[in-house]
Amino acid sequence: MKSLEELRKLRAELEKELAARNSEGKPKIIIGMGTCGIAAGAREILQAVLQELEKRNLDVITTQTGCIGMCEQEPLLDVELPGKERITYGKVTPKDVERIIVEHVVNGNVVEDLAIARLEEGGI
Amino acid sequence: MRELSLHILDIAQNSIAASASLISISIDENPAVDLLTIVISDNGSGIAPKHLNQITDPFYTSRKTREVGLGLALFSQAARRSGGELKVNSTVGRGTEVTATFRYSHIDRPPLGDLAGTLLGLIVLNPEIDIVYHHQYKAKTFALDTRVIKKELGGVAVNHRAVVSWLKGFIYEGLDDLYGGE
Repeated sequence: MKSLEELRKLRAELEKELAARNSEGKPKIIIGMGTCGIAAGAREILQAVLQELEKRNLDVITTQTGCIGMCEQEPLLDVELPGKERITYGKVTPKDVERIIVEHVVNGNVVEDLAIARLEEGGI
Repeated sequence: MRELSLHILDIAQNSIAASASLISISIDENPAVDLLTIVISDNGSGIAPKHLNQITDPFYTSRKTREVGLGLALFSQAARRSGGELKVNSTVGRGTEVTATFRYSHIDRPPLGDLAGTLLGLIVLNPEIDIVYHHQYKAKTFALDTRVIKKELGGVAVNHRAVVSWLKGFIYEGLDDLYGGE
């Protein structure tokens, strides 16, 4: 059974790890969590993202946005690498998540066949 | 929406949009009296009285970007279709409470679905917001309060992937235990 005792041990380990790491310049993954996104499967996309980040031990910020008016393209997932354009992927399936994370987040190459929009840094 | 847990995730988004710092989700499964009650409350900005009777109208929304707002309309419809109803109480500046009831055994009642996925999603994507979860099934209870968890974590982020992994186990095990033996 998962216990708070276990959480305390985890905290001690993580504090050491965090002290040693530079925290700036992390990649960001943004998931559309409007009613349209949720109805289209955003929660399952997020779970696939979390699983992939855990599996590959990747330090990525995961955050959310509301409905941005592209409801017919949901679920939407955006990737923003430090200093790069923000890329929006549409009609994402849990299977696409691994590809987006490996090719884009890890290797820095946009997955062109899934990308539907790009925004300059600081856009929206 | 296929699952009530997706409606809960969606309604909680309204709380987030209303700048809530605390969202409380309570589920009471009481098959003995054939009743399922879901309450989602927050300490957000609240809804003005003149808008309260419009909010389950799909063609009413407080957003300026478009003219439909489906979340509460869909949740209300799911409750009514299952022999229940949806009520919204709100005080401007204090917060909002959404209560949905369902006839537990009604054939059209959607399943609760992946509640752990909903909770995990809310916590991970909104680490600055506190979530209090209380789930009763018959005589058993599972509860989670991110304020307690964050206190244990000190300076470690609640959405650190190692913590997310712990949370995932904690929630899935807690919910399994709730339904244990059935």
